[in-house]
Amino acid sequence: MPTPKTPTEPMEGLCFRTRGLTKTYGKGAAEVQALRGVDLELPDGELVVVLGASGSGKSTFLNIIGGLDKATSGEVFFRGRDIGRASRQELTQYRRRNVGFVFQFYNLMPSLTAWENVALVTEIADNPLTPDAALDMVGLKERQNHFPAQMSGGEQQRVAIARAIAKQPSVLLCDEPTGALDSATGSRVLEALKTVNDELGATTLIITHNAGVAAMAHRVVVFGDGAVREVRVNAHPKSPKDITW
Amino acid sequence: MVGGGGILGWLSVLDRKLWRDLWGMKTQALAIAFVIAGGVSVQLLSTGMLNSLQETRRAYYERYLLADVWAPVVRAPQALLSDIRGLDGVQAAETRIRAGALFDMPGMSEPASGEILSLPDAGLPAVNQLYLTRGRTPEADRGNEVVVLESFATAHALQIGDMVSATIHGRRARLTIVGIGLSPEHVYTIAPGEIVPDDRLFGVMWMGRQALARAVDQDGAFNEAVVRLSHGASQAAVIAELDLMFEPFGAPGAYGRDEQISDVFVSSEIDQLRTMGNVLPPIFLLVAAFLVNIVISRLIAVQRAGIGLLKAFGYRDDEVGWHYMKLVAVIGLAGLVIGGGLGIWLGREMAIMYTQYYRFPFLVFNADPRTYAIVIAITAIAILGGAAIAVRRAASLNPADAMTQPPPPDYSKAAGMGITRWHRIDQQTRMILRQIIRWPIRASLTVAGVAASGALLIGTMFFIDSMSVMMDGFFNVSNRYDVSVSFVQPRSRAAYHSIERMPGVLAAEPFRAASARLRHGNLEERAALIGSPPDPQLSRMVDAQYRTVSPPPGGLVLSQDLAIKLDVEAGDMLEIHIAEGRRPVLQVPVSAVTTTLIGSGAQMQIGDLNALLGEGDVVSGAYLIVDPDQVDTLYNTLKSVPLVAGTGLQSLAAQNLDDLMQQNLGTAIWIYTGFAGLIALGVIYNSVRISFAERQRELASLRVLGFTVADVSYILLGEVAFLTLLALPVGAAAGTGMAWYLAQAISSELFRLPFVINLSTFGLAGALLIGITIGSSLLVRHQIERLDMVAVLKTGE
Repeated sequence: MPTPKTPTEPMEGLCFRTRGLTKTYGKGAAEVQALRGVDLELPDGELVVVLGASGSGKSTFLNIIGGLDKATSGEVFFRGRDIGRASRQELTQYRRRNVGFVFQFYNLMPSLTAWENVALVTEIADNPLTPDAALDMVGLKERQNHFPAQMSGGEQQRVAIARAIAKQPSVLLCDEPTGALDSATGSRVLEALKTVNDELGATTLIITHNAGVAAMAHRVVVFGDGAVREVRVNAHPKSPKDITW
Repeated sequence: MVGGGGILGWLSVLDRKLWRDLWGMKTQALAIAFVIAGGVSVQLLSTGMLNSLQETRRAYYERYLLADVWAPVVRAPQALLSDIRGLDGVQAAETRIRAGALFDMPGMSEPASGEILSLPDAGLPAVNQLYLTRGRTPEADRGNEVVVLESFATAHALQIGDMVSATIHGRRARLTIVGIGLSPEHVYTIAPGEIVPDDRLFGVMWMGRQALARAVDQDGAFNEAVVRLSHGASQAAVIAELDLMFEPFGAPGAYGRDEQISDVFVSSEIDQLRTMGNVLPPIFLLVAAFLVNIVISRLIAVQRAGIGLLKAFGYRDDEVGWHYMKLVAVIGLAGLVIGGGLGIWLGREMAIMYTQYYRFPFLVFNADPRTYAIVIAITAIAILGGAAIAVRRAASLNPADAMTQPPPPDYSKAAGMGITRWHRIDQQTRMILRQIIRWPIRASLTVAGVAASGALLIGTMFFIDSMSVMMDGFFNVSNRYDVSVSFVQPRSRAAYHSIERMPGVLAAEPFRAASARLRHGNLEERAALIGSPPDPQLSRMVDAQYRTVSPPPGGLVLSQDLAIKLDVEAGDMLEIHIAEGRRPVLQVPVSAVTTTLIGSGAQMQIGDLNALLGEGDVVSGAYLIVDPDQVDTLYNTLKSVPLVAGTGLQSLAAQNLDDLMQQNLGTAIWIYTGFAGLIALGVIYNSVRISFAERQRELASLRVLGFTVADVSYILLGEVAFLTLLALPVGAAAGTGMAWYLAQAISSELFRLPFVINLSTFGLAGALLIGITIGSSLLVRHQIERLDMVAVLKTGE
């Protein structure tokens, strides 16, 4: 019997669980402690809004659970698998199969049209949506043959979301997805994220500076000084349309 | 001192940034410096070597009083010396005896030939002095003492005190070596009729005047006068005077340095180096300048955000510009220092190699300061020019725009996008194609850069191909004999038949050779007039396409270089002054002019030549095909025949020529090839590295999406690979053009370069470029692996 590459443990209904997660950048005098022991459990399928000031550690946390970065110490489990001890190759596979990312700067391939940007991901995914379906979900089907340069910021961000969800990820990680957008456009982007969460059931984490966004979440996590300061469960999430910001 | 210790503490903040930026891009900066170094060092190497060789030759000739004019006679009374010295324009003159000799060297079956020259019995000669490396000159009262030319002594491991057996004038003599030396007359020692020197087979010795005179029956007489001219004197006038004076004594005609065999060869090689130096290094330098210009402007273009930041802080455009100019100036300076150091060092090493090869007693290393000035100027223009354009473009942006992420480039309007919409290709390949189509100029510049370095590789390696074809033509098509035998004087057919019947001779072909002056109008050239059988097999004149050119009855075939010098065409009449025997003057029609690859020639049928000379059916020697198992027996037989003046061995000549090329030209070519490779490395590495810098945001995004390092490398390196492959045929075409140009530009009296490039040369150049591309890609792939996805993606730019 082959030995499993990463240890597993039972995590009924949980998407992520971290224990004593720390992250330190630099050495000696230049040492910065970005995470100082994060213990957190995030159930499957929820929409989680992560709040916190700059430098509070929320992005570092997102990068570690997204497999972009490695913790200095502590454990991080994804559906029972310890991704904290995965190799670089395994992390690449983890991202490819399970994680969709949306960043503040949309990071689309400028040389590919909206449709092709989504196809970029569906070509390497195991059980993808069609690019058309993904674009439809974010309301951009009619713009599918446009290049990024021909689209507005909000449209580009929605293409980025379509690209992130096209692989039907288990997790959708969004770092300041509305940071570069005006409020009307931002609202459309949040709606798209909400739709995706509802329809695909992907655990969705949204990092934001905007506390108003928290109203749409099932769960709100507040970071401060590298640790979780507060976790609130929101029994009645609002629709993004009803949020004012 | 504020902050940061050491040397950085002394610099302004901006300059510290400069040093840290440079340190950050050190590999790339070094690669650019290599491109510059490649162009610079080839130029300096070439001029340094050439100037040194010329200066060394001049100094050697001057210090050891090389003659300006040589005037051979059959036998003239010694009393003429004062008349010679009295001639107008003669600064110094000596008479001497020059005799052919065969040397019986132990452990060598083939006979060595050579000549013995007389030295004055008292004092130093006023013309053509010896440079003694060991020992002393012969004593007047000891008849058998000799000084031996160093190359011959080295080839046979001769020491002071050794004895050598020689046949002089048909008589055997035992000679004692008392000195070993060099002579400016024998910088290039070569047996008459040969094209390659062989230190083992051709020797020169010097004896006391009395002793040599007795040995060759020239008591109270001389058979050669050597003359140095006074400053500004007319060589032609002195030659005319000498010819007139020596007329009664059987003189074939005096000649100047331009016809002295050693100097002709040395000059020809220097000319060849000069032509190569005039053609190749400027191409190197210009290509390097062009490439550096491209690379620098792209390098600055990716500094856009940094430029915006500096401007946001309030630095003026000119301050920002100056900052980046300094950055590239440091890179340029590094290139100049590396290239200058390498170029001067290699130029010196090459000059030393040549001085050893030619046995110059010393080296005068001389590098012309003008060359440095030109090289520095061209480098500066290329680098600063490339930077200036890019800096100005970047500095003209307003700071906010420069610092924010630039809007995504618009791919919708680029021409030719249609083909990339094809559904069968994957998105990564589509990205590669669109990247190229969207920025055709950038793609073409990359192609041009790789192609140019490929062209340099092919253009230099072409020489090796060309030389081997030339040699193959000379030895396997034109001169197919194994051994050439020449007689002391023209002999009857019976003598030829006796050679033909010697053991080991499988086939033989007679030849008649007469030294002559060819005249057409006012133009005159000295040449050996060769008579050959109507359908020669062993030694033939061939044209550039390797077709045999046989002289028709009554006519003369002339090599093209002679035809050009004499301004004659087929059908013209040529006046031929035979310089031996009865010395007749003949009118002969030129029946054909042919392009030969090595050497010049004037050939007619042996019967015609003999009829014109009126000396009966005689031959000057024979070309032989020899049974390899009986070579030694044949040599021993030939050594014992007094009528044989010398023998030449083709296999050795081929070997020697090959060695000569490997050693001299070969070294130069491989050095040039090495620099071409260095340039290719600099260009390709920079192309890949800059593409990486320009696109790392895209690459990081892909890594985040779950693309593996290999997937991502494909997008970046696939573009480079595609462009390299595209560059290969372009480079092959450009290299072919360059080789063609070089073949036209570099040809001398002795060599004409055939325009031939082997497939293997294209293959090797292509393999080198591909290898360099793969190597550069691996270096950059390493950087893709270390790409910090988070850092790249979280910033605007």
